[in-house]
Amino acid sequence: MYWSLIIYAGIITFITRFSMIFLLKKDILNNKAKKILSFVPAAIFPAIIFPPIFLDDAGTVDLESNPKILAAIIAIVVGYFSKNIIATIFAGLISYWFLIFFYF
Amino acid sequence: MNNKLKTLVKGVLDVSPLMIPVFPFGIIYGVIGMELGFSAYMTLGASIIIFAGASQIVLLQLFSGGASSLVILSSVGAVNSRHLLYGAVLSEYLSSLKLTWKIILSYVMVDQAFAVSNVYFKNNKDNNNKHYHLLGAGFTCWTIWQISTIVGIVLGSVIPEELGLSFTISLTFLALLIDDFRKFKNIIVMLVSGVIATIGYNIIPFKAYIIFAALSALIFAALLTLTDLEKK
Repeated sequence: MYWSLIIYAGIITFITRFSMIFLLKKDILNNKAKKILSFVPAAIFPAIIFPPIFLDDAGTVDLESNPKILAAIIAIVVGYFSKNIIATIFAGLISYWFLIFFYF
Repeated sequence: MNNKLKTLVKGVLDVSPLMIPVFPFGIIYGVIGMELGFSAYMTLGASIIIFAGASQIVLLQLFSGGASSLVILSSVGAVNSRHLLYGAVLSEYLSSLKLTWKIILSYVMVDQAFAVSNVYFKNNKDNNNKHYHLLGAGFTCWTIWQISTIVGIVLGSVIPEELGLSFTISLTFLALLIDDFRKFKNIIVMLVSGVIATIGYNIIPFKAYIIFAALSALIFAALLTLTDLEKK
């Protein structure tokens, strides 16, 4: 890892936070633009979530001997009903440990 | 207590409950930084310089996977694009402030601080010191984030790798989406993004699968939104 990369990433992050506050006198984004930007987390996070869950170390899709898929499903169910971030993470992690120690 | 201090304290108190999930997230970030073989200084340095959890984890993950700087930085930019929305929404309350204030407040405008201060600004338009609310909320997030990163760095050197803590990256991001699970369109957008990233992982060169999948899903979301508005 290079410090320069961290600094560039810091600058990019800062610009996305600063630009609108600096440029706009009042909120000019229309409802359409806001609606689309509200999809940003749903559009980005699954791209980070899916590959490490579904792919094995060799990069091929592993659906049979894969405790991560089951653990992720349990986390989704817990998240859906509890709406609690911590409960979701721990439900997934504990069921993952349970599965790797007892079944896989 | 004068009004500035009162508003600042209100910001600290309002954002505090939201710090409960941030603390373990920071620990996870610190642990993962250590597990992926980064130095303690760089792991903490990123928390101070970037100060954005999701971006920092994407940075670590892509760098350790061998992605190029261009791909890493554009992925970080994509993850951060949601801040454009926050800035636009808050701009009408902050436009009269001095540049220094705008710079400081931008640095601490993270998801949780935005969430509570946006509500406060709407309900307290007449308070001339309302920006102190965002200052209090933002620096509370900052302090918690740095402390939890340090705890994670310390724990990361003692936690065994067999516990599969890298899986917590997926779980943490998944937990950040719990509000989207109930919205049908958001579920479709999530599936588009996830499936493209999984298939693209081997096909798309330069580890650009995150940015490619994210942009595809965002374009898909835009089409969904625009066709939906035309109907009305």
